[in-house]
Amino acid sequence: MISLSHYLILAAALFALGVLGVFLRRNAIVIFMCIELMLNAVNLTFIAVSRYLQDLGGQVFVFFVMTVAAAEVAVGLAIIVVVFRSRGTIRVDEIHTMKG
Amino acid sequence: MEALFFYLFGGLSLISAGFVVFLRRPVHNAMALILTFFCLAGLYLLLHAEFIAVIQVLVYAGAIMVLFLFVIMLLSLEREESLQDPRGRLRRWIGGFLAVLVFLFLAPVWTLQVLPVLKGTFPPERVHEVGNTIWVARLLFTDYLLPFEVASILLLAAIVGAVFFAMRRL
Repeated sequence: MISLSHYLILAAALFALGVLGVFLRRNAIVIFMCIELMLNAVNLTFIAVSRYLQDLGGQVFVFFVMTVAAAEVAVGLAIIVVVFRSRGTIRVDEIHTMKG
Repeated sequence: MEALFFYLFGGLSLISAGFVVFLRRPVHNAMALILTFFCLAGLYLLLHAEFIAVIQVLVYAGAIMVLFLFVIMLLSLEREESLQDPRGRLRRWIGGFLAVLVFLFLAPVWTLQVLPVLKGTFPPERVHEVGNTIWVARLLFTDYLLPFEVASILLLAAIVGAVFFAMRRL
């Protein structure tokens, strides 16, 4: 029998992989993908707990998280394209103008 | 049967999430992420969240990942990045340490004893009477109407921002 704990452990593993990716990778687009991975791990937690607590509020929240993710990706990728046009690279360790 | 599908989708999503992190070409990362999203949609189906499962495939695996692939191909990022770059070895160790720490911190959450006390107002029988989608829609347009409208303003702001960046020469 699959219980809530199975889903929570899976979501924790996916989130940890996303954290690892943000630190490991230097390509801004791939870092963005890893952030999406973390958002999806949180979504999985929301849905699993929503099922467990028998409350649909969690699913509505996932809907809002997806809305925010879509907006974030649209603006974020636009910024990445602009940075690439002006700098010719999107490696985050070569973009350090705003570093103190 | 449920366990079989859980381990199938769960294992596949973990493997493809590992591909997202460790494969070196961005296009492969994006493809692996699409597979992860499909597996998560399967898990949502197992959890009887049919509406969210469909939205996951349409919005995430469809719209958002197409945007990612489009930008990757637009920028034609041919240069592969090396994971063995001596610069930033410290950063990678910190990342690995943090990832393990986050997992060890998050995974035991299920042992908290506050959860079983509370039970919501949507037992499976009530949801199955009219279907998951209708209930989510009712909640969205009654209890969560204000957040719904705010989300539409957020999307409008995102559209304006994206157009602004696309038009302006920086």
